[in-house]
Amino acid sequence: MEHIISVTLENKSGALSRVAGLFSGRGFNIESLSVAPTLDPTVSMMTIVTSGDERIIEQILKQLNKIIDVIKVVDLNESEAVGRETALIKVHTRSEDRAEALRIADIFRANVVDSSPTSYTIEVTGDVQKIQAIIQLLQPLGIKEIVRTGRIAIAREALRAVASQPRPLAKAN
Amino acid sequence: MAQLTGAEIFVEALKREGVKTIFALPGGVVLKIFDVLHQQCDVEVILTRHEQAAGHMAEGYAKATGKPGVCLITSGPGMTNVITALADAYMDSVPMVCFSGQVPTAMIGNDAFQEADNIGLSRPCTKYNFLVKDVNDLAQTIKEAFYIASTGRPGPVLVDIPKDISMDKADFKYPDSVSIRGYNPTYEGSKWKIKQAADAIMKSRRPILYIGGGVQLSGASQEVRELAEMTQIPVDSTLMALGAFPGGHPLSLGMLGMHGTYVANMAMHYSDLVIAIGARFDDRVTGKVSEFCPNAKIIHIDIDPTSIRKNIHVDIPIVGDCKRVVQELNNVLRATVNGDQKELRKPWWDQLNEWKAEHPLSYQQDPDQLIKPQYLIDRVFQLTRDRDPIVSTDVGQHQMWSAQYFQLANPNTWLTSGGLGTMGFGFPAALGAQAAFRDRLVLCIAGDGSVQMNTQELATAVVSNLPVKVFIINNRFHGMVRQWQDLFYEGRYASSYLDQTPDFVKLAEAYGAAGLRIKTPNEVDDGIREAIAIDKPVFIDVPVDQFENCYPMIPAGGCNHEMILEDPPELRKRQTTGVKGKKESTDTILTA
Ligand SMILES: Cc1ncc(C[n+]2csc(CCOP(=O)(O)OP(=O)(O)O)c2C)c(N)n1
Repeated sequence: MEHIISVTLENKSGALSRVAGLFSGRGFNIESLSVAPTLDPTVSMMTIVTSGDERIIEQILKQLNKIIDVIKVVDLNESEAVGRETALIKVHTRSEDRAEALRIADIFRANVVDSSPTSYTIEVTGDVQKIQAIIQLLQPLGIKEIVRTGRIAIAREALRAVASQPRPLAKAN
Repeated sequence: MAQLTGAEIFVEALKREGVKTIFALPGGVVLKIFDVLHQQCDVEVILTRHEQAAGHMAEGYAKATGKPGVCLITSGPGMTNVITALADAYMDSVPMVCFSGQVPTAMIGNDAFQEADNIGLSRPCTKYNFLVKDVNDLAQTIKEAFYIASTGRPGPVLVDIPKDISMDKADFKYPDSVSIRGYNPTYEGSKWKIKQAADAIMKSRRPILYIGGGVQLSGASQEVRELAEMTQIPVDSTLMALGAFPGGHPLSLGMLGMHGTYVANMAMHYSDLVIAIGARFDDRVTGKVSEFCPNAKIIHIDIDPTSIRKNIHVDIPIVGDCKRVVQELNNVLRATVNGDQKELRKPWWDQLNEWKAEHPLSYQQDPDQLIKPQYLIDRVFQLTRDRDPIVSTDVGQHQMWSAQYFQLANPNTWLTSGGLGTMGFGFPAALGAQAAFRDRLVLCIAGDGSVQMNTQELATAVVSNLPVKVFIINNRFHGMVRQWQDLFYEGRYASSYLDQTPDFVKLAEAYGAAGLRIKTPNEVDDGIREAIAIDKPVFIDVPVDQFENCYPMIPAGGCNHEMILEDPPELRKRQTTGVKGKKESTDTILTA
């Protein structure tokens, strides 16, 4: 099953390679990984999308916790978190297709961030389904290039208060 | 405050950490550090002849003392040479701090002379590593390195020091304490889980204690012994745990696993409750995972949460330091244990004693035939046991026989490479232990194959007066490889026959050490006594029966209750008739 894991870690050189090395060294899947500093510049937040059965996910969470540069690990179950991804899609547009491209962008509340006589670059943000849907609609027009950020996710506040909490694992080595 | 150079800070920091001895080999980028070390005498520098050996010596020192071992090596090839020892220490959770030299900070990344990416190279085989980029951080970094290496689940830590950092100056203040926000090992076990464990123990009819290297590392020998004696539960030890529970204790069933005793493996397989303490369910112990302990509940006590449920399902996981958890468990049990535990456990012990009697460890030594390796090892054990020796081994058959026959009585007396299985570990590890304990008897049981991976350390042994006694179980084979070839490859000895074994006696003598050879069974006892009486490093070459195999054996991936107990008939036939190996081997030592 797919899991989104949020990792708080030291913002220093080497920390990222420790996480990446863990996944490659132990043969864990990694679908996407995104990382950037938080408000506290000494701390980074990383979102990892991975998959595996229960036993593997348990190992991934424990192994992440074991990394000394990792401060906190939270397994964000899909329903308890908001996940978003941004894609930049460069669409090839013949003149008769330009209106159609704009219309599709409009439906998805996407923005055109660059245009040339033969192309539009469309920026779209949303959950995985939304990104997949817009790609599907744009494909017949001809997609030249596509760049995706990988998912970022954050726990839902409302749900966290009432229902099942995301499980922060006690940090232990 | 007077400013110190990085090199001076390094030496001061070692002193504050109580380091008495380091194992080292110099090079361009660490010359400043060596220069400062040379002008003081609080920290002894043992110059090794190879960085791998420096690493293993630090490991031997650490295993024997329980304190972090320290080595210091240069950049580039120095670093790549020490990797094997780091990987070995990481696998076996050996506390160790390795200092590596690095090219000056301004040159890092430029493919400078003898540059290597020390941090990248060591990342997968260290618990943590540091590159020091500012001399003002050096003292703090060293403090943290020792802290990380020796706390939680111990392991090797690398500190990479660029040349300019060793020459830059800074105020020296050694921190009193360390706080790392991402590193807070759990020492106390959950009271609730411990209570559950105690309940399970009280209910169990066929419990077994399965103890691992964690018992040595956390110093939990006394607690484990109390637990076993109070409840009369039998004890299986892993290769890494030998000595942590006395091998000769009536409750000890010896080693379990691939070459464990029959009774130890049967006890695991038929138990209804496995109490794992500081052990990690390694594949050499579990055999076929799907059929591992089919009827048992499993309690797992370990300081490393990742060890729990990594390989097998655990019913009662307890994360914590073995010593503290077992202490607490004993407290709970002391209040609940009632009745005569011996009486209660009698049916289980009757069964165990039956297994013990059915297939004890055995070998046959004919006085007129070649020396059996087991006989030699058994005699070394018998003749030295009253001196409480520290024993190291290399890797192979001789290692397994040593594990079977040395019934060590005390923790921290057994130095062996378990997880990585590193040939060449034994001799330098013994030297490291001897450097820590100059007055103790330190033995190494080596293979003729393995020992050749680090014989250059004879020079270190002689120059640094480390009088270890190295018994070379000389079968002119990579014996363990030969055994697998005999059992699983129809006796085709691909690259396992060592037909150019050096004259180990002359080799030792060439370095100024002593050399002895024990040729026949009736020379064994005198030879051992003579070797031990020599106040120098000694190589004792013992040509042994080449075709002896190590049993019991559970083939890789086999079930624990299905052991091979002796040479199968087809192998015996091959050896007495067509004998590929025997005929092919022009065994000079034996015919001489
Ligand atoms: C560095 C290294 N290389 C290869 C091996 C694979 N290996 C395991 S046991 C063994 C043979 C060891 O021979 P020897 O030291 O003579 O011991 P014996 O088995 O004969 O007692 C080999 C080659 C290893 N464990 N370590």
